[in-house]
Amino acid sequence: MTHLSRPRAVRRAMMGLAGGLTAALALTACGANSDPQGETESDAPAGSLVVGSADFPESQIIAEIYAGALNAGGVDTTVTPNIGSREIYYQALEDGSIDLIPEYSGNLLLLADPEATAESAEEILDALPDALASNSPDSNLGVLEPSEAEDKDALVVTAATAEEYGLESIGDLAPNCEEFTLGAPTTFQERAYGLAGIEEKYGCALGFEAINDGGGPLTLQALLDDTVQVAEIFTTTPSLEDNDLVVLEDPENNFIAQQVLPLVNLDTVGDEAQEILNEVSAELTTEDLLSLNREVSGDEKRDPAEAAADWLSEHDLDG
Amino acid sequence: MDWLRDIIDYVPANIDQLRELTGNHLVQAILPIIFGVLLAVPLAQLARQNRSLAGIMLTGSSILYTIPSLAMFVFLPLILGTSILSMVNVVVALTIYAIALLMRSTVDALNSIDDGVRQAAVAMGYRPLRRFLTVDLPLSVPVLIAGVRVISVTNIATVSVGALIGVPSLGRLFTDGLTRNYPEQIAVGIIFTLLLALVLDLLLVLLERLLTPWTRPTKASEADDVALDARTVAA
Amino acid sequence: MDYSSSNLFVQMGEWLANPDNWSGSRGIPMRIIEHLGYVGLTMLFAMLIAVPLGMYVGHTGKGRVLIVSGIGILRALPTLGMVFLFALLFSRGVLPAVWALVLLAVPPVLSGVYSGIASVNSTVVDAARSMGLTEWQILSRVEVPNGLQVMLGGVRAGVLQVVATATVVAYAKADGLGVFLVEGTQVNDNGRLFGGAVVIAVVAVAVDGIMALLQRFAISPGLRAARPAARSEKESGRQEAVASAQGGTT
Repeated sequence: MTHLSRPRAVRRAMMGLAGGLTAALALTACGANSDPQGETESDAPAGSLVVGSADFPESQIIAEIYAGALNAGGVDTTVTPNIGSREIYYQALEDGSIDLIPEYSGNLLLLADPEATAESAEEILDALPDALASNSPDSNLGVLEPSEAEDKDALVVTAATAEEYGLESIGDLAPNCEEFTLGAPTTFQERAYGLAGIEEKYGCALGFEAINDGGGPLTLQALLDDTVQVAEIFTTTPSLEDNDLVVLEDPENNFIAQQVLPLVNLDTVGDEAQEILNEVSAELTTEDLLSLNREVSGDEKRDPAEAAADWLSEHDLDG
Repeated sequence: MDWLRDIIDYVPANIDQLRELTGNHLVQAILPIIFGVLLAVPLAQLARQNRSLAGIMLTGSSILYTIPSLAMFVFLPLILGTSILSMVNVVVALTIYAIALLMRSTVDALNSIDDGVRQAAVAMGYRPLRRFLTVDLPLSVPVLIAGVRVISVTNIATVSVGALIGVPSLGRLFTDGLTRNYPEQIAVGIIFTLLLALVLDLLLVLLERLLTPWTRPTKASEADDVALDARTVAA
Repeated sequence: MDYSSSNLFVQMGEWLANPDNWSGSRGIPMRIIEHLGYVGLTMLFAMLIAVPLGMYVGHTGKGRVLIVSGIGILRALPTLGMVFLFALLFSRGVLPAVWALVLLAVPPVLSGVYSGIASVNSTVVDAARSMGLTEWQILSRVEVPNGLQVMLGGVRAGVLQVVATATVVAYAKADGLGVFLVEGTQVNDNGRLFGGAVVIAVVAVAVDGIMALLQRFAISPGLRAARPAARSEKESGRQEAVASAQGGTT
């Protein structure tokens, strides 16, 4: 009896396994959007746009804002979130996997032209078109109107430290330089704007403690428990406000300007879409980024798409 | 117990994302098991027939098994020409580990089959291929499945590591949870990972019972499972 | 760093050959020391937990089901998630990461110790008991030496997993060999990314080789020739196969 029923049992098991696998594959097929190498274009209707985002929450939020505004304005748009680092999503833009992505003017310029010397917001905007054209001769990439919103690297200290040493600008660190340890990702030791840049521009060689969460919760913790006295944290991080941290001024432009703007493929993002994106940029402010980040990464932990939708309706951009 | 509530609330609120990441995770964990079995069995048979080849293959595979997954994920795009973001890298890396682990235990399993059984098959006129497929292979299923169960559990855990280099899986809940200071999200990722491992393991136990109706599950097979780690390294 | 070619293999070779990368607090030797420090601390804690527990269960047979299922669950824990979770929940510093790694190292060590002790032939144990050895003497003089091969196999498997997984520590606390991968991605330095991966692989293979040697030399000379673990394993496998063959034909 057993050996008669065995082949059937085997077949049934195999079919079960195959079925399970097909289901798993089908599940991923729905999610294929998140793979920049995937056939992103094929599952979006012809003529529609794909907004990409980098792998951090703020970029996802702005991408959702762009997509929401475009959809509301009648331009069919989908979002491919979490593509990864700048090098990777730039490539996705060049090969047509995505049509546009939120960017930061200074870092974008340094990617397109690592030798660029522009520091101020205007200089950077002036330099961008040529840099993009020479970096990607085969694509028609460009940036649209910049927003007022900016998210740049900054050195921050606690209010207590600021008071004790009378700190307002990075230069104020210099007299007591040897007492300060800076917490930042390991790569801060080699960036142009990193330890060398601070020493060169402000005459202060800081001690260093590597924390690799990109100015996230671990960096904050280290600052608060005095493991480090200075930390590199992005200016739109809500924890700055929540913990009464002081952002040190940077009169020498060690950290170059980083205005938020759309980086687009000019061949696929038409006039109508450009106009809508310019309207978004006209409304978006640094304070908006702060409060949006707070909603997504603060206690509320809202979904980036929901937070974006609320912002759009507050600014009458939801159609 | 607010955090517990947060964890429970997280699931329905993010069900689309969870479904997508779980799907990606499963594909990256299951495909290597299937490829691993399909490749390890013929390789094991080959190794049994050629002793010097066996030495090379077993040493080679145990060195490959030693290479850390993250290093492998980073390195494979260089060799395969794939994008560093591609799931293919994870699938290939885990397939290599699966082959390394399964080949050794399959060789042992095939070697342990009673010669009397083989001779009986030969006497009944079975040609080598048929004998291998209908006698040797089914008899080594329990050992094979014991290996597959170890692989499935470690695969489910290892796939997450791909999130560090941008390959989508439940591991993204860990990386995203760290940047958003969101321990509950990380906890959801851990719980989902455990559940996947559990479900897959139960399915494999079921599969074993279907494939080997002549055995009843015994206590011994459990002990085998525990001993497998020690055995693969000790051997 | 500037490379002479855009070829990734060339960049990897140049990164590895550059003496600058072999010195200082961010150099390869220092990262190896940090990495092995994590491995050492983790294995110390893991063995303090797993060795006594495994010996107790292996010797008495009590709680077998409990540790078998406990090991199964621990094995399925994603270490990456545990490292990040512990980093967020507990203080920064080294310990949260170490505890996450301990959870990874306990299952192989525990199962190795347990099955090493339990695999010792029961007639040998009974003989020792009839000679008047105390339970402690049986454990330390009979069961441990006889099961050492398998026990060390478990430790070796644990070390291997911790060496591989300690790379993820770099993504939170910036220590160890994983740092090269993090930095390589962040500053788009492929030489460092791939060179770092090579260093990790070489360290893992080397550590495993050393563990293999230790395993070989730690075996009591009287047992070395016989290789009891290997033999009993073959026998049990054979019995199992015979049993299933019989089951299949009846």
